[in-house]
Amino acid sequence: MKAAASFQAGGANFEPSDGHNSTAERAAKTGLWILIGVLTVLFTLLLLAYVIRMSDGDWRPVTMPWQLWMNTGVLILGSIVLQHTATLLRRPRPSRLRASFLLSGACGLGFVAGQLWAWQRLIALNHPVAANPANSFFYLLTGLHGVHVIAGLVVLAWGTALAWRYPGTRRAQLYVSLCARYWHFVLAVWLVLFSAMLWITPEIARNLCGAS
Amino acid sequence: MYADLSPLHEPRSFLTKYVWSQDHKVIAIQYSLTAIAVGVVGLILSDLMRLQLGFPGRFAFIDANHYYQFVTMHGMIMVIYLLTALFLGGFGNYLIPLMVGARDMVFPYMNMLSYWVYQVAVWVLMASFFVPGGPTGAGWTLYPPQAILPGTPGTEWGIVLMLISLAIFIVATTMGGLNYVTTVLQARAEGMTLMRMPLTVWGIFVATILALLAFPALLVSAIMMLLDRLLHTSFFMPSVVSMGMQLKHNGGSPLLFQHLFWFFGHPEVYIVALPAFGIVSDLISVHARKSIFGYRNMVWAILAIGGLSLVVWAHHMFVSGMNPYFGFFFATTTLIIAVPTAIKVYNWMLTLWRGNIHLTVPMLFAVGFVSTFVIGGLTGLFLGNVSVDIPLSNTYFVVAHFHMVMGVSPILVVFGGLYHWYPKITGRMLNDGLGKFHFWVTFLGTYAIYFPMHYLGILGMPRRYYAYDNYQFIPGSAQTLNADITVIAFLVGLAQFVFLFNLAWSLFKGKPSGANPWRAASLEWQTPDTPPIHGNWGATLPVVHRWPYAYSVPGAAQDFIPQNAPADPALDDPGDLGQAVEGAKI
Amino acid sequence: MALAIALFIITVAAVLFQFLTPWWLTPLASNWRQMDDTLAITLVVTGIFFVGINLFLVYVLIRYRHNKDRRAAYQPENRKLERWLILGTTLAIILLLAPGLFVYAAYLDTPRNALVVEVLGQQWQWRFRLPGQSDKLGKTDTRFVTPDNPFGIDPADPNGQGDILIDNNELHLPVNQPVKMLLRSRDVLHDFFVPPFRARMNIVPGMVTSFWFTPTKVGRYEALCAQLCGIGHSNMRAYVVVETPAAFAAWLKRQPTFAQTMAKNESGADQLLKQGKLVAQAKACIACHTVDGSPAVGPTWKGLYGKTETMADGSTALVDEAYLKAFIRNPTSRIVKGYAPIMPQIDLSDAELAALIAYIKSNAGAGQPSTTAQTSGG
Repeated sequence: MKAAASFQAGGANFEPSDGHNSTAERAAKTGLWILIGVLTVLFTLLLLAYVIRMSDGDWRPVTMPWQLWMNTGVLILGSIVLQHTATLLRRPRPSRLRASFLLSGACGLGFVAGQLWAWQRLIALNHPVAANPANSFFYLLTGLHGVHVIAGLVVLAWGTALAWRYPGTRRAQLYVSLCARYWHFVLAVWLVLFSAMLWITPEIARNLCGAS
Repeated sequence: MYADLSPLHEPRSFLTKYVWSQDHKVIAIQYSLTAIAVGVVGLILSDLMRLQLGFPGRFAFIDANHYYQFVTMHGMIMVIYLLTALFLGGFGNYLIPLMVGARDMVFPYMNMLSYWVYQVAVWVLMASFFVPGGPTGAGWTLYPPQAILPGTPGTEWGIVLMLISLAIFIVATTMGGLNYVTTVLQARAEGMTLMRMPLTVWGIFVATILALLAFPALLVSAIMMLLDRLLHTSFFMPSVVSMGMQLKHNGGSPLLFQHLFWFFGHPEVYIVALPAFGIVSDLISVHARKSIFGYRNMVWAILAIGGLSLVVWAHHMFVSGMNPYFGFFFATTTLIIAVPTAIKVYNWMLTLWRGNIHLTVPMLFAVGFVSTFVIGGLTGLFLGNVSVDIPLSNTYFVVAHFHMVMGVSPILVVFGGLYHWYPKITGRMLNDGLGKFHFWVTFLGTYAIYFPMHYLGILGMPRRYYAYDNYQFIPGSAQTLNADITVIAFLVGLAQFVFLFNLAWSLFKGKPSGANPWRAASLEWQTPDTPPIHGNWGATLPVVHRWPYAYSVPGAAQDFIPQNAPADPALDDPGDLGQAVEGAKI
Repeated sequence: MALAIALFIITVAAVLFQFLTPWWLTPLASNWRQMDDTLAITLVVTGIFFVGINLFLVYVLIRYRHNKDRRAAYQPENRKLERWLILGTTLAIILLLAPGLFVYAAYLDTPRNALVVEVLGQQWQWRFRLPGQSDKLGKTDTRFVTPDNPFGIDPADPNGQGDILIDNNELHLPVNQPVKMLLRSRDVLHDFFVPPFRARMNIVPGMVTSFWFTPTKVGRYEALCAQLCGIGHSNMRAYVVVETPAAFAAWLKRQPTFAQTMAKNESGADQLLKQGKLVAQAKACIACHTVDGSPAVGPTWKGLYGKTETMADGSTALVDEAYLKAFIRNPTSRIVKGYAPIMPQIDLSDAELAALIAYIKSNAGAGQPSTTAQTSGG
């Protein structure tokens, strides 16, 4: 109890003073939305570069390794589990917290490992990064996305430690629900990137860019 | 209403108070000192360039390799590591919480991290001076394929370090940017609506949003160029025969880089200009004892300029070989952006009109800004009008334009702002005599340097030339002018050291200033302590009752009313500007 | 007060400068008078704003300077005035933009009868190509670039056989004939800029860019590279000679075709020269040394071999093989009079050095005016 109280006292005050959200809580939510905005711009620009480069004529599409489908499933699972965890934390006495955290962490790590496996598969099939722009973009898109998943996992690990030790606090609940929101965003980015790699063809790219 | 952000992280040791500080004021000073230090390096580089331009061939160590390295590092340092870091990380960090009535930024730990990540970026950049081959000499625009092909200096290591440094800087800026934007949106004091914020905050706020939207484009292009250089991919690299050898690259597009770079690069100049616009509005109104004219349109102009700046980028590419029909679109948007910019200029002048103008050192710099920004902005109209740009592109006309509008006018605002807020930061005044000397040498000197330079550009004298040996169309008088400009540049450079001396000397010997030496109305001057202590406001946060420009209000006892002075319906927000505290939503 | 005076003087000086400046547009030598006219309109409009704003500042600084017995006026807004200012500014902007866009539309509208000329840029020299009998330029690709085929023309393309190749830096054009310049690069970005022609465009490797103009004045014009392309950027110059159609036709007849250059028999000596020229390019010697006599950062190689060179300390030396070998291996051991001692030490094998010296020697040819180009060696 004492530990929880001193934890509350140190750092920003997350308890709402009047039934509305506290400044710190609103700030954290706003900050995350802005970060999501920045990352959206980042991945949108990458996709634009992808389409533009695809219209240049020397594109040989990469066959997506089957691992990517599995990884997509793992990422979706992680999203569901993390959302569930965030909901759990709203209850005064959350149960099965430990299992939820471990599962979400496992999904995240599983996704990253699975992506690396897909890379290894492609290299074994003689699709090195520089051989063709389609290859280059495959590694770039999945790589940059993976970096953001890893960053999210690091933050999630921190949040997990927090919530584990102080399960009843508003701060912990906010933290994990923000992690979940970020995770959903990373999943959405993956779905868009994966769909683009699957369904945009050089033909479509040339129509979009008006290139000859 | 708004819950108090307390208790703050309480620093205890020297290290947590002054090194790993999470206090926005300390972080601001750290940013500013680092930016100024790296700016001095940029200044020296420009002097080295000018030695070659003014006295070609006289200095053995300035060969073509070194010259282009100086040109590149000078540009990149000044634009990114000095101006962006100083306006956002320096001025933004110090002023935003104080001006909106917060105790600190909303994410103090991340704020601290952002400064140290910025430091790392600076060290990585400086390291490129010491690697084999030296720093990159591709121009600050880093165009491929030349930036990573033999024939350009620094293609071994220099370009790699440059790109990595930029990526690190972008991480730092994102962390800082999240702070500035979220603090403005969520941590304003009671009564501080968005339309009661000083224009300084508006300028930095919109500039930060631009930074958050634009830097990702630079990151994408940096990563792709790194991959082209290190892993031999072909994002930007077409099929090339370099120095007689066919390379493995194929199919890439140098123009793709240019589009990405300038999608970042144009907003970047507004990331520098908008904070300057905001600050100068405050300088003028305080020192003329008059409310800023047309506050609402000033805010709209900042928003319009910010928004439009995202759709003008290809005016840097009119002769790039891109689809020529783009030229119509981008010339139009570029000239449209001139309208809100002109409105701001009129409003600054109309603020001075019928004012009570104190020609203090900050006011001198503010007026200097208006005059030099007008030239810089007007010459932009030449370059933005696509067919006029065709013979002027890549000549000294461009160099003169961007120095006036990026290197002279915002720097004059930096100086004006530092003279203005130094008393707040330190409790002492900067020396007035030294300040006036600094102003006159800088203002007259930079006019003398850059005004004639436009005409060299109209003549057709190309930029980024190491030497102009025996080009018949360039008269000897142009070389004489170059020599004269070099001499003046050195003098102006020396005057900056007078300023640096003033900064240090006044810390100990400056006249004590009191809490509000300029009798300003905005919130940052109303802190209970000067310099403000950790937490800024003491026991209770301020409550705001009016906009920050209540100067010379008819019927008021003094010629200014602080923002947090008790409410007085007869004297408060003029007309329909601002809203009653109870109904405030934003 | 001082500031008001300073601003007034600056304004007057700026206006005077405009009328007295020794640096202005080069005399126009093409059809793009409209660009100059639009520049002039822009200058007048912006000049009016510049003078008006600065004089207003002068007035305001004097009239409303600090007076402790007076308070500033209180006028936060004036909606009507602001609306008029927005309107007026918008009108001025439209006045500037409209002519600019019209001229640009003309710039994009290449005349049908334009003569096609290709400009090939590489670090750091220019070459030119004109279509021959077939009236179509042959297809090119960097993969076809060899010392014998610097233009990279596809030997299998019949259109390319008749291409007229100018393997030097001097292009001739007939006066009053519209020209469409096709711009190509073998390596990096360049830009072919002749200030008196006004028209120009960047050159992007991997694609062909173009612009058009009509030369209207006979003369010899300097062409510059106007996009930073490495350390030899400021040395990458060419010449455009505008002459009567008859003279142009005669010049064109003297130039070899692609087929002719491919058919040349080559001796071992020629191979050595070709190798030497390649070394000069690969090691970036041509960034600072020319072969056509024009001065640059370093001494020109034209007429260098066999010459008696003067050193900075007054001594003289005969430029023979031993001299060249010693100098290239150790560039800072001697300083040639009139030149800065900035030549870097370049890594060269003995074979490369021998080829390079043979190439320098081959440029000793005296009696050739600098306007005529060297003969092609690859």
